[in-house]
Amino acid sequence: MTDLIRLTDVEKTYTRGKEKIAIFERLSMRIEQGDFLALMGPSGSGKTTLLNLLGGTDRATRGTIEFDGKRIDKLSEGQLTNWRAQNVGFIFQFYNLMPILTAAQNVELPLLLTNLSPKKRRENVATALNIVGLSDRARHKPREMSGGQQQRVAIARAIVADPKLLLCDEPTGDLDRTTADEVLGTLQLLNRDLGKTIVMVTHDAAAAKFAKRTLHLDKGHFVASELAA
Amino acid sequence: MNRITYLLAHILLGVLAFLVFTRVAPGPLFSAFQLLFFILSITLIIWRGINIGWRNWAWLILLIPVVNVGFLLFAPSKERFPKRNFIEITPDRSTTVDDVRLVRWNLARNSVRTILLSVSILIAFLLFGVLVSFNVAITDVRTAPNRMVTLSKINFTESLPIAYFDRVLHTDGVLAATHMNWFGGYYQDQRRGFMAVFAVDPDSYLRVYQDDLHLTPQARETFLHERTALLVPRNIADRYHWRVGQHIPINSNIFTNGTNGSHVWDFTIAGIFETPDGNSQANSVLIRYDYFNDTITFGRDRIGWISFLTTSATVNDRVAHAIDTRFANSQDETSTQDAAAFNRSFAAQLGNIALVVTLVVGAAFAAILLIVGTTMALAVRERTKEVGVLKTLGFSSGRILRMVLGESMLLSLIGATLGLLAAAGVLYILSHLNGGGGGGFHLYPSVIGISAAIAIALGLVTGILPALSAYRMNIIEALGRR
Repeated sequence: MTDLIRLTDVEKTYTRGKEKIAIFERLSMRIEQGDFLALMGPSGSGKTTLLNLLGGTDRATRGTIEFDGKRIDKLSEGQLTNWRAQNVGFIFQFYNLMPILTAAQNVELPLLLTNLSPKKRRENVATALNIVGLSDRARHKPREMSGGQQQRVAIARAIVADPKLLLCDEPTGDLDRTTADEVLGTLQLLNRDLGKTIVMVTHDAAAAKFAKRTLHLDKGHFVASELAA
Repeated sequence: MNRITYLLAHILLGVLAFLVFTRVAPGPLFSAFQLLFFILSITLIIWRGINIGWRNWAWLILLIPVVNVGFLLFAPSKERFPKRNFIEITPDRSTTVDDVRLVRWNLARNSVRTILLSVSILIAFLLFGVLVSFNVAITDVRTAPNRMVTLSKINFTESLPIAYFDRVLHTDGVLAATHMNWFGGYYQDQRRGFMAVFAVDPDSYLRVYQDDLHLTPQARETFLHERTALLVPRNIADRYHWRVGQHIPINSNIFTNGTNGSHVWDFTIAGIFETPDGNSQANSVLIRYDYFNDTITFGRDRIGWISFLTTSATVNDRVAHAIDTRFANSQDETSTQDAAAFNRSFAAQLGNIALVVTLVVGAAFAAILLIVGTTMALAVRERTKEVGVLKTLGFSSGRILRMVLGESMLLSLIGATLGLLAAAGVLYILSHLNGGGGGGFHLYPSVIGISAAIAIALGLVTGILPALSAYRMNIIEALGRR
């Protein structure tokens, strides 16, 4: 398997007032294409910051980040925005759907950044909703759907532009066990059948079991690694 | 418009309103609107003075409870019209999304707020449209560049001896001249029937104003030869349904008719004339000076002012100087100026309208700027997370800036359009309330143009700060992901 992501000696510090807070010091890691990685660790261990760096929504203070062999830490703000639109799908804990839009319209949003015609966009939206099993809820608005359904809409939105990488920040944190398992099953399906590389931040050990491997972070360092049984 | 077409038009409007309002606001709101509609109809009927007869009145009044009861009986079920926002944000849920739709839907998401903001912008543009149009109507009257006016140096209400007319006419550089007197006329009702009636010398008037009045040869002949002849502009003839040959009594609130001791003079309509748009004579009702002069009880052989044409606009100053020098140190000193300046000084008698317009409209726009600006900033702040999501998905900061600006621009343009429509309505009512005497009140294209520019500027100014805040918004902070 080839590496999709390679982090080398990455440092990340935040400034809070006069104080500098180091999140990572010389962090290195590799994520292979088709991997399903769960990131676990206590609060403040750097999980979400790592996810932000991988998704290009935050920049490393030092070090290199490569995606598919290209350095993304060198990209300008505009280039990084375009790169994100083409390569990364995001799934958030609280779904973050736009309340004024229907499920289909929410899923369509990333396609507005492409040159696809409205007809083609509609087809792609239908496919994405079909994959997550929500074809019959296309015209419903978020408030008319359950939490699990909303998260599946968010998944459809993340995959509709066919990105290589899916970044999930506590995707089941707001769901009950049964619904969470359904959502995780969908992610597993995307990884297994469509070859999506997934990095998922979670506090939930049961959720992490859906991943192929789990990395434990603590104070900005990987402290343990597990492979799925 | 006769009463049948008038009522039919209202019924059609009612049906349209029914179709529109049952889609967006079924229930009590429709009933309230319908009641408002009927009140408006009845007010219009009374105001327009249309006598529809007691039977029709009974039908109309009966129609209100009948339609309302009918609506309640056959009201659509709640399932067919589920509770929804006053404005359905995404009317067609099957439609695809694009930036323009996103702007529209975002604007409509808090419909109460949007309606209130639109109304406040509407009021500002209503004030602007009415006041500026009013100002333009009384100051920007179109006259020929070589047209001049000689009047008393004291002010335009002081008259001049009629002997001055010949002297002005024979001044070097004067091509043609006529004289005019203010009659202070009104028809039937002193308040609503006001008209700008002028007593003129027919022969010289029709020469000086030959390019301003579109008159039939027969009307011209009658006015030249019939002492009681009256010429009326088309707008006033239409207002009172006057026709040629009709006998019309006109009152004066200044003069007394010596022949009957009353304030009433009888006239016969010799012709109905039309003028080019915005012409100074567009609202002038013309009577003959000889009839006027022979019957008034005071002020005989005096004239209000002399209107004349010079051989060329380039000699205006020289001619004005010659005339005023000639009458200097006499009992009736004169002031000669070009007709445009005369119109402006006439308007100045009403006060400094431009200053009033600037102050009132300025205050209105300043208030709107603060209200809309603050509300837009609040609206974007409420959507911080959504902006963060859009940026995460790959929407560029520039694109988000354009979308927020688009929202404030759209809001401003909606308010401005509604405000100008309301202003057009108010100006229409104003021009008819004073009996057509100031029938020139309408929304000028220049006012519409300036309003469009202000609307765009208002949209930009009120939207720029929230748009910049959205532009600069950091994804991590917007989503609270750290």
